Amino acid sequence: MVDVPYDRIAGIPPAEAPDVELYHPKSWLTRYVFSQDAKVIAIQYSLTASAIGLVALVLSWLMRLQLGFPGTFSFIDANQYLQFITMHGMIMVIYLLTALFLGGFGNYLIPLMVGARDMVFPYVNMLSYWIYLLAVLVLASTFFVPGGPTGAGWTLYPPQAILSGTPGQDWGIVLMLSSLILFIIGFTMGGLNYVVTVLQARTRGMTLMRLPLTVWGIFTATVMALLAFPALFVGSVMMLLDRLLGTSFFMPSLVEMGQLSKYGGGSPLLFQHLFWFFGHPEVYIVALPAFGIVSDLISTHARKNIFGYRMMVWAIVAIGALSFVVWAHHMYVSGMYPYFGYFFATTTLIIAIPTALKVYNWVLTLWRGNIHLTPPMLFALGFIVTFVNGGLTGLFLGNVVVDVPLSDTMFVVAHFHMVMGVAPIMVVLGAIYHWYPKVTGRMLNDVLGKFHFWVTFLGAYLIFFPMHYLGLLGVPRRYFELGEAAFIPPSAHSLNEFITVVALTVGFAQMVFLFNLAWSLFEGAPSGGNPWRATTLEWQTPETPPGHGNWGKELPIVYRWAYDYSVPGAAEDFIPQNQPPTTGAVQGATP
Amino acid sequence: MAETILTNTGPGAGRLPGWRGIAADWASDQRAFKNVSWGKAMMWIFLLSDTFIFSCFLLSYMTARMSTTVPWPNPSEVFALNLGGKHIPLILIAIMTFVLISSSGTMAMAVNFGYRRDRVRTAILMLVTAAFGATFVSMQAFEWTKLIMEGVRPWSNPWGAAQFGSSFFMITGFHGTHVTIGVIFLIAIARKVWRGDFDVGRRGFFTSRRGYYEIVEITGLYWHFVDLVWVFIFAFFYLW
Ligand code: HEM
Ligand SMILES: [Cu+2]
Repeated sequence: MVDVPYDRIAGIPPAEAPDVELYHPKSWLTRYVFSQDAKVIAIQYSLTASAIGLVALVLSWLMRLQLGFPGTFSFIDANQYLQFITMHGMIMVIYLLTALFLGGFGNYLIPLMVGARDMVFPYVNMLSYWIYLLAVLVLASTFFVPGGPTGAGWTLYPPQAILSGTPGQDWGIVLMLSSLILFIIGFTMGGLNYVVTVLQARTRGMTLMRLPLTVWGIFTATVMALLAFPALFVGSVMMLLDRLLGTSFFMPSLVEMGQLSKYGGGSPLLFQHLFWFFGHPEVYIVALPAFGIVSDLISTHARKNIFGYRMMVWAIVAIGALSFVVWAHHMYVSGMYPYFGYFFATTTLIIAIPTALKVYNWVLTLWRGNIHLTPPMLFALGFIVTFVNGGLTGLFLGNVVVDVPLSDTMFVVAHFHMVMGVAPIMVVLGAIYHWYPKVTGRMLNDVLGKFHFWVTFLGAYLIFFPMHYLGLLGVPRRYFELGEAAFIPPSAHSLNEFITVVALTVGFAQMVFLFNLAWSLFEGAPSGGNPWRATTLEWQTPETPPGHGNWGKELPIVYRWAYDYSVPGAAEDFIPQNQPPTTGAVQGATP
Repeated sequence: MAETILTNTGPGAGRLPGWRGIAADWASDQRAFKNVSWGKAMMWIFLLSDTFIFSCFLLSYMTARMSTTVPWPNPSEVFALNLGGKHIPLILIAIMTFVLISSSGTMAMAVNFGYRRDRVRTAILMLVTAAFGATFVSMQAFEWTKLIMEGVRPWSNPWGAAQFGSSFFMITGFHGTHVTIGVIFLIAIARKVWRGDFDVGRRGFFTSRRGYYEIVEITGLYWHFVDLVWVFIFAFFYLW
């Protein structure tokens, strides 16, 4: 065979090309502000995303206040309520979670974990952040324009999104669509970088099947985003044209405010197809990085290799692929051709197979592990429970006949908050506890961390679990107030009050976390380079926090997979990926 | 990690043939696409993403066209010109297509000369390509003007379904933007080639990375893609 010598024990193929020449910043401005270093860009992404995420959090409080105590707060009217849910949903899904997982964690972890000095095109990567920031600013500006932000719901369905009955019809919707277009452009610049870095810039010895699952999750999610965002892009452009130029791509002829509108002949369903062709993969764009990260958290903090690594990789890829053929399960009640529903219900249930497989593998990784209940591990466990919960209600909603009565009720709100709200946020928090020491060189406070976990985890259940029940009662979603309806018992109202009180409490409890972040930056215990005794490359950098170029003079060489924990016969209970095999005895590791 | 400089260097060459070779490459370390530089890989992946954008545009247009209840204007008539007293359907579009396809030819030649490090010819051929592109865009502008004079608007037109004008302006506009960006890129790169940047490995202004003649090929990939997309627009919008 002409193959390059490839051997598990010794022969790592020679470097295929010379080391990269990095751009070296010469001033404070190019070092910290217009930085081309992926680590700085990652922090910029994370801070921006968290800032706008806090806005969405405050909006959720306002919504809860209204739902819990209708009629009490004169500063919230029906229009504003709609604007709040729209901005809350859109910010949480796109500007917070997508940006944080891919722009934040992706930028920080990919180069470090694959053993690269930086992303492949740092300048483009920098532009990506600045365009993202612009998108966020445009979005935030809608709070201050005449008419306020759009109230069309985060799905932005036409025709109502651009008709005059909907709040934010003048400016809100236009700026929202522009902001989305900007976001997609910015994301594409970053996303191309992540994908090419993973595919083409790995260090010697780092095969794809030795990548930590975190990288697999982020990588697959990025590929998906590059293929799914185009649909949202096109939908946004077309709706912008409908709104600004008066085209009728999505607008049927209809009567608006008593008058025949200027529109006619368009198809609202077309938008729904475009939106959900993006929207469903989007769920997994948020979920797959979480899957990947949680696998690494569990393995590290249970001191055990991940169970079924290859299966996990293929499951990630399979979920990514399948998620492009299930989109219309969001449209069972939209009036599309009914038999489509059967096809999409089938594919939706099929996707449960690789997903369930991942859950089993996490549990099997934990089984008889040496579980350390550190904050990252607690959050990882919280994720598994929440995700299983949300996944089970997903099986309900994936079936046409069950979905029809449940559609547009609080049951749906409960479902998606469990599965793509709480679960990924759990992972984000766990990941912050896990990687904060690498980013800052200091540990987060453990006691505050555990307190934060229990409040958040129990609180999230108290908030969202009762919503399933409300949904089964038939309480509709996106309603400003319930009023007097015969089918809604008084207990529903007290339940709503209860949820609101918990939501506010949990919300304020996050201040503990913010305090922890700020306080530990200066006062936290110094962490050293590898506080969790983890195997992956980012913990093996010569400096902590890693310096410009990540690796000092020599790039690391990878000899083993990312999960050599508790290898029988080894001196320590972990073997870093870049540790060469010493004797024949210590090769417990597969790939 | 290594900045992969040129295509076809390094130990990646001479691997197993066919699928087994692909599997071996993907199972290996460092690079999944052996002998493909970062820039080239990035352009391919970008083009894949862009394919999805154009597909969405075209599918949306087809949906509109198939579902409208008002008759769709006949493209051969709408895009006909009176030349020398003769009424010739689609003549302008035919010329435009011809121009754009020719530009792909000159682009391919530019890539060839680029790899031979023939500075002058490469630059000239790139400029010729850019000129073809600019011609295409001007003819597009002429067509837009003509239709607008005849009363076609994004929201209505004299002959039938309003979505005709909407889709026309949107799709050709989006494609024309791509061509325009390509022309700008071609001119910028041609200038660098002309100046000899790639012979001395001069660093780029923004990235401070060295440039290589391969950038000509990468620009070429984009250009051929834009050309290919036009073939689909031509088939689905004008010929249907
Ligand atoms: C901090 C805890 C949160 C609370 C208390 C909360 C509360 C709410 C409430 C009350 C609604 C409106 C329900 C309705 O009237 O229809 C809502 C909608 C929504 N939330 Fe949350 N939420 C939280 C976190 C999140 C997170 C982390 C996400 C990320 C995925 C998220 C995504 C959404 C979406 C997509 C909607 C739908 C918006 C729409 O109907 O257009 N939420 N949330
Ligand atoms: Cu879905």
